Amino acid sequence: MSEEMVTVNMTVNGENVTKTIPVRTHLVDFVRTELGFTGSHLGCEHGVCGACSVRVDGDVVRGCLMLAAQAEGSEVVTIEGISDSGEISDLQDKFVERNALQCGFCTPGMLMTAAELLAQKTEMSREDIREFMSGNYCRCTGYHAIVDAIESVNNSRLKG
Amino acid sequence: MKAPKFSYTRATSVEHALELLDTHGDGGRILAGGQSLMPTLNMRLSQPDMLIDINGLDDLKGISLDGDTVCIGALTRHVEVMNSDIVAEHLPLIAEAMPYVAHVAIRNRGTIGGSVALADPAAEMPACILALGATLVVQGSAGKREIPVEEFFHGLFETARADNELLVEIRIPSQKGDKVSVFLELARRHGDFAIAGIAAYGSVSGDTVTDMRLVYFASEDKPTIGANASAALNGKNWSDETKEAVNTALESDLEPMANLHGSAAMKMHLQKVLTGRAMDTAVVRASGAGGAA
Ligand SMILES: Cc1cc2nc3c(=O)[nH]c(=O)nc-3n(C[C@H](O)[C@H](O)[C@H](O)COP(=O)(O)OP(=O)(O)OC[C@H]3O[C@@H](n4cnc5c(N)ncnc54)[C@H](O)[C@@H]3O)c2cc1C
Ligand code: FES
Ligand code: FES
Repeated sequence: MSEEMVTVNMTVNGENVTKTIPVRTHLVDFVRTELGFTGSHLGCEHGVCGACSVRVDGDVVRGCLMLAAQAEGSEVVTIEGISDSGEISDLQDKFVERNALQCGFCTPGMLMTAAELLAQKTEMSREDIREFMSGNYCRCTGYHAIVDAIESVNNSRLKG
Repeated sequence: MKAPKFSYTRATSVEHALELLDTHGDGGRILAGGQSLMPTLNMRLSQPDMLIDINGLDDLKGISLDGDTVCIGALTRHVEVMNSDIVAEHLPLIAEAMPYVAHVAIRNRGTIGGSVALADPAAEMPACILALGATLVVQGSAGKREIPVEEFFHGLFETARADNELLVEIRIPSQKGDKVSVFLELARRHGDFAIAGIAAYGSVSGDTVTDMRLVYFASEDKPTIGANASAALNGKNWSDETKEAVNTALESDLEPMANLHGSAAMKMHLQKVLTGRAMDTAVVRASGAGGAA
């Protein structure tokens, strides 16, 4: 079978992009190799680890389980986008302060998922946080520090 | 790994999707949320010629109430079902089960129709709609037909839907206020597929159980009604003696498949434990406020 190509057009981190790519290109490969946003990582490539998390039209999704062609006309935001906008600067500071990362491989996915949780602006227990973050694997930290960081940012955002 | 080569078409209407299914036969595959299909492509466990993307078909999205029936479009995403007021009020069993379906990012894309069409034996939604007696609406180029859920699941990833039919809607009778439902499962990590699970729906008045339908999943090749266990339960008081009888009856209902998550004996044991917990909970719920949840 020959490689079928498709031209896609979408907004990535606020910039309009148009590219012609093989239809089977995953969204995460598209942002990494076509656009150079290498902050989204590829771990398992079958939906289990969460390292590839990106935001599409406001929702966090698995970048390895969506074709770039499916994001036609969508607004895509990667870790580079939410870092530059300052949306999660408080969370990033807390991650550093609490040592919520070691090798850092899982961190972009953790931050993308936690951003969606924090956007809910509701009181939540550590149990709620663990449940929400359950789809993101970290092989280094043991998760405790990650939950600490998210909890503490949620509390201060609710107060502030 | 990366997905193999395939062609890709965005269906512009239900009719267009059906036309593509007819044209491509075995080689055509519906792409809904992609949360089960994409992993199988990435792992090269399947190699369709043509992916038919139905994500643009707004007719297949949404939740509405038609008299006493909740109608859920096949393309309704898990997250919408989870946050729906209609589901919370009329289908507390589904509302209770939905948080167990995968994780946030997967629920943001995955669809209830995809979950039902796929018929993974460890999936939550097939078991819940079996407990509630749903009807599945499928559509082919010859028209629509309705399939009672009791006849829909045939086995491991096998259903009564023909290859050239689209699942378009799931119609679920609204839960009756005088009945109770309970959903329980055991998994290694929250959101992972279950090792054992139960969905129960029926009446408990005082301690007496009637019309209880016990559905087991993650042990057989499809969600399975525990007919003998339900018979041993109905008309009885929920007591240690009844529990004993139900557990014995369950052994003639289930023949769990061993897998990575556990042996057949372990799964049988866990299904018994869950049955006991589910009925303890049902009794408490029935004696509480209204009993519906
Ligand atoms: C890490 C991970 C964990 C998961 N955990 C769980 C879990 O605990 N419980 C659970 O239930 N699920 C789980 N899932 C699967 C998830 O719920 C899927 O969303 C769901 O099983 C399939 O829905 P989909 O819309 O993504 O379907 P797709 O992946 O798009 O399709 C699945 C199959 O159904 C067919 N299909 C889809 N829609 C239709 C339709 N309308 N008509 C005809 N055929 C159709 C497709 O052709 C394909 O063969 C998990 C997935 C991942 C990646
Ligand atoms: S790389 Fe996508 S979930 Fe692991
Ligand atoms: S910091 Fe290494 S995987 Fe999470």
